[in-house]
This record gives sequence, structure tokens and C-alpha cells, in this order.
Amino acid sequence: MQANMVTAINNALELGMRSDENIVLLGEDIGKDGGVFRVTEGLLDKFGEQRVMDTPLAESGILGASVGMALAGLHPVPEIQFAGFMFLGFGQLVNHAARYRSRTRSSFPVPMVVRTPVSGGIRTLEHHSESPEAYYSHMGGLIVVEPSTPYDAKGLMLRAMKMNDPVVFLEPTKLYRLFKQDIPEDAYEVEIGKADITRKGEALTVISYGTMMPIVKDVVAKKGVDAEIIDLRTINPLDEKTILESAKKTGRVVIVHEASLSFGVGAEVAARIAEKAIFELDAPIVRVASPSLPYPFPGYEKYYLPNAMKISQAIDRVMEA
Amino acid sequence: MEQRAFEGEIEYIQVMDETGNVDQSLFPKDLDDQKILEMYKYMLFARANDAKTLSLQRQGRAVTYAPLLGEEATQIGSAYAMRKQDIFVPNFRQHGVFLMRGLPLEWMYLYWRGYEEQLPKDVNGEAIIVPVATQMPHAVGMAYAQTYKKKDAVVIVYVGDGGTSEGDFYEALNFAGVWKVPLVVIIENNQWAISLPRGKQSAAKTLAQKAFAAGIGGVQVDGNDVIAVYKATKDAIDKAKTGPTVVECVTYRLGMHTTADDPTKYRPDAEVEIWERRDPLARVKAYLVRKGLWNDQMEKETSEQQSKEIDDAVERAEQFKEDPRSIFTNVYSFVPQTLQDELDDAEKNNFWQEGGK
Repeated sequence: MQANMVTAINNALELGMRSDENIVLLGEDIGKDGGVFRVTEGLLDKFGEQRVMDTPLAESGILGASVGMALAGLHPVPEIQFAGFMFLGFGQLVNHAARYRSRTRSSFPVPMVVRTPVSGGIRTLEHHSESPEAYYSHMGGLIVVEPSTPYDAKGLMLRAMKMNDPVVFLEPTKLYRLFKQDIPEDAYEVEIGKADITRKGEALTVISYGTMMPIVKDVVAKKGVDAEIIDLRTINPLDEKTILESAKKTGRVVIVHEASLSFGVGAEVAARIAEKAIFELDAPIVRVASPSLPYPFPGYEKYYLPNAMKISQAIDRVMEA
Repeated sequence: MEQRAFEGEIEYIQVMDETGNVDQSLFPKDLDDQKILEMYKYMLFARANDAKTLSLQRQGRAVTYAPLLGEEATQIGSAYAMRKQDIFVPNFRQHGVFLMRGLPLEWMYLYWRGYEEQLPKDVNGEAIIVPVATQMPHAVGMAYAQTYKKKDAVVIVYVGDGGTSEGDFYEALNFAGVWKVPLVVIIENNQWAISLPRGKQSAAKTLAQKAFAAGIGGVQVDGNDVIAVYKATKDAIDKAKTGPTVVECVTYRLGMHTTADDPTKYRPDAEVEIWERRDPLARVKAYLVRKGLWNDQMEKETSEQQSKEIDDAVERAEQFKEDPRSIFTNVYSFVPQTLQDELDDAEKNNFWQEGGK
């Protein structure tokens, strides 16, 4: 089937719900309206309001109720309308969803998949453009995934719905309808914790994920450089093995993400390479990210987001070093 | 045109007064003296258990502890109303409820030593929750799951007077009202949130009336009257199929918030003395003694038996051998390679050889 990321996730949710009646969806405007991005469109009609719930407007309530549902044997898939609003429920995720299994020595697992649109580039209002992956990855206990293609989105979602863990499923709004892919109609899974080498190469390694992936691919193609491109897909737990193997092979690494530079995922990836492969590098690691400041208003977005020029220059820098 | 857009009132219930006299018109039909005796023994047990944990903490054998002294009627009365299949969601002070629900005593002593190992799931719906109101939305989600799975179970969640100021309290009540879930909210109003008195916690005359904003019913009871607490909880459980109820139990924390604070610093002794005279155990004892069902000798024997059970449990808990690997292996349903590497690093390089010191 031809699918963009919206239809791919919608299809995954439908298949998951058909195979497991403990899966319930809840969130703001996800039923009648089908979600503000239409990711849950049609699911209310197919599964009824017991399984597709339009909730009151309260993010902590949604995430807290989801934790309770998970503890009581359901497998909730809450949607938080935008990642910027998810901070209102941050405590429920970090204090409870992330900790429950660990603190109770696995007697209380919390199986749930928290979906939320992330990242910018679509000129939205304030709090609609955040890239929060590092926050959710930092404390441990939450699995954090972020697909960049319809194929991965469907496979990762189907996998996430089968895991007995809390998964934060980040959906880049910019990629929702950017392109279509031919994906299998049936259920299939993409392994969580496994990065995808989307292009084999020898000259350098470019590590990225989410909104930056299409730009990275484009820049590499246009420059004609023999780059190995890695799409992390899962932020936590990090696929360190794939990262290190590639870094050791090429000796040159550029890390690209939309989230701001300081204390970000790029810092984590760079640190791991530095700790375990620094003597096999031929050049300093370069990070490309948004500047270390709050996401600006849409008028300034174009000055904030990493673009092809910035990525291209970073590649030149590691190649010339 | 002028008309009333909303009307509501909060009933206050007391069945047994401070001297042990009972208002027969309010006496629950399903209670009898044997059951009151049973509740009394549990209240004694809860108090003895509390004193023991406090003393262990003072000896450095327990971590920071939140005592329940004074709140026995609220906890035992509400727990006694629960059925086996009902689900209890604690906050952090409900040691009496855990006791009544049959949580093995050594588990509690283990918890207060700093370990939470394999909490038995049939006792309660979730583990001890510390951030005062975050358990409220959990309880709503659990209650939703009971309806969804067509189970005849009610969720009973506890929250303190301080917890009713939290956003999660209001969000949860609001969800519960809209979803009409089988939920009973016990507000254990012990009148002090660490150093903040009830009067500064909320300008609302009762905490039970907060239910009205969520479109659900509320009632206030004398939280030191075990029969009133039982009655209100039982009534709420009985009608939970039609929706949630808030039961505010007005009690008093006779001790400290936790072992980390000194209440003499922030509240007057005179107030504490008033509430000591309203002791939740004394009135039940007076009632039972008058009925010829209880005497000092029986109390002595019961206390000795309970102390022995407690001491045995403490001993079992203190024999527990910790396993540092377990904090690594239970984070996810699998052990990620990066975490395995950190575990291997610690083991291979003997980071734990001095017991973590």
C-alpha cells in the first residue's frame, strides 16, 4: 500500500487494535475529529468509544490514567496533541511510567505507547514545535523512538504495541505527509533499539533521525560524498554497536538533529564514540543542531532550524580535517 | 429570570461519638459488634506496627517514615468496607490499609528499610505513591479498566488534604466524573500537610465539595469514627457502578508528617491535646468494654500477640539479601546492551566489593 506517515501509523494502530483487545486509544480530539493530524481518523467508527476515547483536556490526567490502565492490564496508547503540551504530564512519565517496573522489581510493568507529534518546520504556534527526545531518554525506563519514514513508523508502532514497557513514540509533524512509500499491508515489526543504515559508505558517517533525515539524504546525494548514513530510529536505548562500527570504519562522524545543541542526543552519541573509538577517528566529531535556545516564534524558524547549508559545511569540515 | 444553576450540600456523618455512644439510626445494617471488635483489633495492630516502624527509624534501621498515628479509624474503617476484588490505591501513609488488605508484614518492613521487592499484586492495585496526588489519575485509569474488562471491582484511592490542591487531584476527579468509573476517593484529611494547616490549604469549607466541580457526589465523615468511615465507604462502594464518590474523612495527624520534621515547630500543643481526646481507638474501646466484649486483659494479650508477629516480621525483613544486579535487570522487559555494559563494568571492576560504600 502507498502510505505517508499518517496513514502508516493509522494502519498500525488499526492492526494492533485488531490483534489485541487490551489496546485502547485516548487523547484530545482523537475520536470524532480523528486527531488534529488525522492519525487516528476512522478508528472511533471501527472500534467504538470504549476503545477510542475523546478525553477532557488535561495532559497529566491522560498520561496518569494511562499508567493506571496499564497497571490494570490494558495497553493504552495515549496521544498528546503536541509535544510542547506533554510537559504538563511530564511527572507522570518520569515519576511513574519510567520507574514502576524498576522500583517494583518487574511486578508492576507499565505497557503503554505515548504518541506525540514533535519538531518544527511547519510554522506553527508556540509550543507546537518541540524536540523533546533527550528529556525522555535521560532518566532511563522509557523507550524513545522516532521514525523518519512511513515504513519504520508502521513497524515501530506495531512493535511498540507488543512491548511490556512504556514507549514514547515521537512523530515528526514535518514528515507526516512529506512523502509516500510502498509499505506492506499486513502487520510487520521494526526492531526497537536497532538503527538503520540507510546508505552504506566509506568516507564518513552521518548519524541522524527524525526531521533531519530527508535533508541529510539529500545533501549527501547532492554532494556526491560516499557517506554512510545512519537513522537512529530508536533514541533510547541507543544502538551503540551500529554507531561504533560505522565510526571506526569511516573515521569521520557528523551528527545531525533538530533538537538544540547543548545536552542533546548528539552529545550522547559523540561521547560514546569518543570513549570507545577516539583513536580510530581521523577528524573531530561535528554536531549539527539547532542553537541552544528556546524554539523561536515561527517568523524566526528559518534562522533556527539546521538546513542543508549547515549540514553540507559540517560534512566539508570533517572531510577536510 | 433568576434560577439556581447548581445546588449541592455536603453531609457530615458521625455514628459513634467520642465517648463511644452510637447513633442507632445511622448504624450500618451489615455491621455487628463482632465486626467492630475485629476492626478494633486491626486498629490496635496498625498502631503497634506504626510505633515499631517509628522506633526502627529512630534506631537507624528504617528510612524516612510517615507515621499514621491518629488516623487508624480512617484507614481501618475504609479498608474494612472493601471487598476482596476491590483495588486499593495508596498514597504513602496507608500502612493500616495495607495491613487490613493482608500485605505480608515483612514486606512493609522491607519497604521502610529501602527495598521494594515483589509487591504482591492481589493486595492492592499499585505501589506506595509519594508525590501526594499522582496516584489519583492512576486510580481513574484502573477503574476504567475494571469497567472495560467487565469486572465487578471498585477502585479505592487515598489522598491527603494537601493532595487535594494538586492539579492531578482535579484532573482525576474530572476524568472520573466524565467516565463515570467505579471509584471511591478517600480524602484522608489529617489537617496538616507537613507545616501547612488545612485552613491555608484551601478556602473551601469542606474538601469533599471539590467533588461537585467534577459533577460527582461527596460526603464528609468524622474520620476518627471507624463506623462512620466504614459506612460512608461501604455506601460509596455499593453505588460505584453508577459512578464515583468522594469521602472526606476528617481526622488528625497526631505525630509528625514524616520522621524528618518536628511538628512542635509549627503547631500548637493545645490543638494536639484536643485531638488526643478524640482518639479513634479510645471510643471504640469504651464501646466494647461497655458491651462486655473487651477488657484490659484481652487488650494486653492481643497486643502481645501482635508484637510477636511484628517482631517476627522485622526479623524476616532484616534477613533480606539485596541484589544490586536487580536494579539493572528490571528497568525494561529486556536488558539493553548499553545497560548490560554498565552492569558488566560494575561487576568486572568490583565497584560493589565494599557493599557500595
